[in-house]
Amino acid sequence: MVEAKFKPGERVKVMKAYPLGHVRTPYYIRGCTGTVERICGAFPNPEELAQMRDGLPALPLYRVRFRQKDVWPDYAGNGEDVLEVEIFQHWLESA
Amino acid sequence: MSDQGNYRPLNYFQLMEVSLRELLVEKGILTDEQVNAAVEDMRARTPERGAKVVARAWVDDGFKKRLLENGTRACEELGLDVPALKLLAVENTAEVHNAIVCTLCSCYPRMLLGIPPEWYKSRNYRSRMVREPRAVLAEFGLRIPEQMQIRVHDSTADMRYIVLPRRPAGTEGWSEERLAALVNRDCMIGVAVPKGPSD
Repeated sequence: MVEAKFKPGERVKVMKAYPLGHVRTPYYIRGCTGTVERICGAFPNPEELAQMRDGLPALPLYRVRFRQKDVWPDYAGNGEDVLEVEIFQHWLESA
Repeated sequence: MSDQGNYRPLNYFQLMEVSLRELLVEKGILTDEQVNAAVEDMRARTPERGAKVVARAWVDDGFKKRLLENGTRACEELGLDVPALKLLAVENTAEVHNAIVCTLCSCYPRMLLGIPPEWYKSRNYRSRMVREPRAVLAEFGLRIPEQMQIRVHDSTADMRYIVLPRRPAGTEGWSEERLAALVNRDCMIGVAVPKGPSD
């Protein structure tokens, strides 16, 4: 199991990368900055599982909270509205 | 089993399902009975399970606390086995409204809510719920006051979500059973809120 690098409350940025294969990081959130809401635990890497490999060591999975206005600059609605997305550690960097 | 009066050729995925199932049975890996039992088990899961969890949380603060901390373990207390499911319950309050979507596919807390509705899997809901949730909720007939925060949860990986709605006013002293009857599937996805006697 890979150790968790980020703590709840820390600011993180989702990598803007476009690898081929089975990726569970949605396109729309790549490159966006948010705050770690919680650590969900560690889970096998889905990108590896999709290739019939074991996906180990398990990677920390985070719930990251993004302000809607940071994701969609023209977002219509309360400026406090948020979006929460599960993102694996290897897709995150400190912000 | 198919109705001859309503014949339509199998599509690609139906044909693949039949072929795979017949091969598995032919090779002795599964029996027809096992396949039927699995289908029946899936059909038996209905949103009443989720409603039971919500009603318990409304009447028992200790349970509610445990549910919000660890949804999977709290469900086990009610005898609801939620295998392969890490459940996160997210609570609606006077200030926050929660809603659930899976933009990548159709991840859904099936063990508590059963088979997802067609619209949950539609491109329309999946793409717009993260982009303009207020407009989508309004189309469901749910208008969230501007000053309330909306939290949209995109279940992209291993967690599954259930919304814990607010208990409607005027239901003081109601039994768990009566309360559970107020909670439908849409309330636990977050595209509706339970209606009380005064609504």
